[in-house]
Amino acid sequence: MAWPLIRNLPKETHFRFVALAPYAAILSAIAVIASFASFYFVGLNFGTDFKGGTLIEVSTPGPAPLSQLRNSLSAMGVHDAQVQGFGGPQNAVLRFEPTANVDPAAAVGQIKSKLQAQYPGIKFTREDVVGPKVSGELFKSGLIALGVSIGLMLLYIWFRFQLQFGLGAVIALFHDIILTMGILSICRIEFSMPSIAALLTVIGYSMNEKVISFDRLRENLRKYKRMPLADIINLSENERLSRTLITGSTALLALSGMLFLGGPTIFPVVFAMVFGIFVGTYSSIYVALPVILLWGADRGDDEAQPLKPMNARP
Amino acid sequence: MLSFPRWRMFLCLAAVLFGVAFTLPNVLPDSVLTPISSWAPHQRLALGLDLQGGSYLLLEVDTDALKAERLTNLVEDARKTLGDGQIAFTGLAVANGKVQVRINDPGQIPAAQTALQKLGAPMATGGRDISVVAAPDQTLTLQLSDQALIADGSKAVDQSIEIIRRRIDSLGTREPNILRQGVNRIVVEAPGESDPEKLKSVIGQTAKLTFQMVDDTVSVGEAMAGQVPPDSILLPSAEGPPGTMILVKRRALVSGEMLTDARSGNDQYNRPDISFRFNSAGAQRFAVATTQNTGKRFAIVLDNKVLSAPSINEPITGGSGEITGNFTTESAGNLALMLRSGALPAPLKIVEQRTVGAELGADSVRAGALAGVIAIISIAAFMILAYGFVFGGISLIALLINMTMVLGTMSMTGATLTLPGIAGLILTIAMAVDANVLIFERTRDEERAGRKPAMAIDNGFSRATESILDANVTTLIAALILFQFGAGPVRGFAWTLSIGVFTSVFSALFITRLLVVWWFRSTRNKRLPI
Repeated sequence: MAWPLIRNLPKETHFRFVALAPYAAILSAIAVIASFASFYFVGLNFGTDFKGGTLIEVSTPGPAPLSQLRNSLSAMGVHDAQVQGFGGPQNAVLRFEPTANVDPAAAVGQIKSKLQAQYPGIKFTREDVVGPKVSGELFKSGLIALGVSIGLMLLYIWFRFQLQFGLGAVIALFHDIILTMGILSICRIEFSMPSIAALLTVIGYSMNEKVISFDRLRENLRKYKRMPLADIINLSENERLSRTLITGSTALLALSGMLFLGGPTIFPVVFAMVFGIFVGTYSSIYVALPVILLWGADRGDDEAQPLKPMNARP
Repeated sequence: MLSFPRWRMFLCLAAVLFGVAFTLPNVLPDSVLTPISSWAPHQRLALGLDLQGGSYLLLEVDTDALKAERLTNLVEDARKTLGDGQIAFTGLAVANGKVQVRINDPGQIPAAQTALQKLGAPMATGGRDISVVAAPDQTLTLQLSDQALIADGSKAVDQSIEIIRRRIDSLGTREPNILRQGVNRIVVEAPGESDPEKLKSVIGQTAKLTFQMVDDTVSVGEAMAGQVPPDSILLPSAEGPPGTMILVKRRALVSGEMLTDARSGNDQYNRPDISFRFNSAGAQRFAVATTQNTGKRFAIVLDNKVLSAPSINEPITGGSGEITGNFTTESAGNLALMLRSGALPAPLKIVEQRTVGAELGADSVRAGALAGVIAIISIAAFMILAYGFVFGGISLIALLINMTMVLGTMSMTGATLTLPGIAGLILTIAMAVDANVLIFERTRDEERAGRKPAMAIDNGFSRATESILDANVTTLIAALILFQFGAGPVRGFAWTLSIGVFTSVFSALFITRLLVVWWFRSTRNKRLPI
């Protein structure tokens, strides 16, 4: 093994990324359809932020009596009571919709004092009460945030590169968001306001990948005016392969601590980010670039860069 | 060739000093920090409610109630105005969010219109905030303008913020944060307050106190059958069995605004009560009213509910008194507090409530710190394995400086660190490493293409710069959008990410470059160790 380890990476790789593109397209299509199917049949596991309602996290002196808690809640007349273990065996999370025409914020106080009486020693570690009006607004502002950021990125890429590049990137971003939301839906992972933050981070990371990829592509388009587009894409991706691997691994390494030790509150966010890193890396190569390949890139308009002898790769 | 201008060097030095100086207060104990706080940076990172525990309440001012009250007052004012002007009228009432009245003598309509118009409050843009329209059937319609409703709501929010602040301050909650949000909402953040019920008990009540005469002209039974005199109203009573009603005059003798003090205590039978004191105007009005009405009953009305209706045995001229009712020691204490701090202009509805216990917050801090340390150690190990001690080490130093700059900026600007913010911070680290990787990979390309080390380094940096800037602009777009649309912890995340974008670019293009140049000048290696 050579030291440092980066020297072990082949100096030059000749993977034919484009050759796999049709298969990748099928894979992506299946994944997107599966995600939509999951949205339709399973749905997103909306948290209180977006659904409204009440969430109480409790810790009990002994193991949390989940079914008893569930019965107690139902006896208090709340709707849709769910009780789940959360983190450790002594912790549970209670979710419910308050009775109609009752002020949820006032109801939670009464419910807590009743629980306190029935389960001595119970502690309330967290409580969220979100009114129906607010939850609707939060969901709307989350969607607007996603939409506006994608729109702005399209404009930025268009401005810095070409329209085709921007469209390729945006299609890839939609692909990333749909797949990330799809995996959250399939795994029944909670989707709430921090998940929107995670999705936007996924967009940020994915876009970062695309920009680096486009940057190489643009450079090589100027350098090799006669080379077919597919070959240029292959060349560019091979050239930046080592960077892709190293950055991807670093990001995953950095988040792994948070994923496994961050606790159940932050898990949905970190999980979405980690998944997004994989999808974002994949979609740069197999969604954004194929779109450009199908669409074609403008090559004649730019001023040709004089080819310096030492600049060219052997 | 491989230049590094002196101004850049000073900029790097300044950045490092800045980062260290502003990050240090977070690790220094108070005993060191307090004596130097007059001249040295001493702000610490503010932890979000999800990390230090606390309560967050989002309150909405009930603008419908506000409008209803304004309309009711308008009716009473109109009754008085028309009476004073000796204009005969019928059917004065609120209908469909407007006030309607029929003037008996068509000749008096213009006079009535002019008189009623003056009931509106003057607006900044000129004119009054109500319109009075005459219909052919001699009906006048008084309508509040949209601006009037907005102005009323806005004023109510401002007043509510003041009153909530006074109420919460007297609870002894430390550093509550009370802010307006949007048009008719108020955010209350109380760090460290893990019992939201305590907050809610002093916010949830309007605490509008009035003293009104009991109307004995008709019996309660007749009134409940529908024979309520126009200037009286049936109100529920706190005394007697549930459902007991009392008929009281609409006009308030004295109201809560005229109180100067209210304290909870015990009456002669050791029941909790509230003793109060009027200001001089209130005392005088109360004295006159009790003198004129000796022997009759008056009602003490709180939020449209009669607390008690004692008889006036003798004129009360001292300007003070006691309120009894079905109080517990706690509710009497809370009510006294609310009376002292004033009535809310309109009821507040709690539309969102979030509470994190201090223990859960501390757990999250521990988990976040551990995750951060793991992230840095694993990235350090990975970079040194991948790029060796020289370049791996350089990227690590740049990374640590970057971290101090992020933490320093956040401490300095009073930014709030939240749990999602920690995730953002960790991702920032990864993105910052990406900038270094881009530079190193470009440099490797250049050297492999046959360039001398110095040239390879120079070209590597300049070629990577464009990619780094483009990539970070897109991240910044995502972060700023998030800041604009997100709320609470998510905003903390966005802010962390935004600061991270700037410091990452700086540390890659300036700090990493400075270190690489220094290393190269001191060794003059013929080959780069990557």
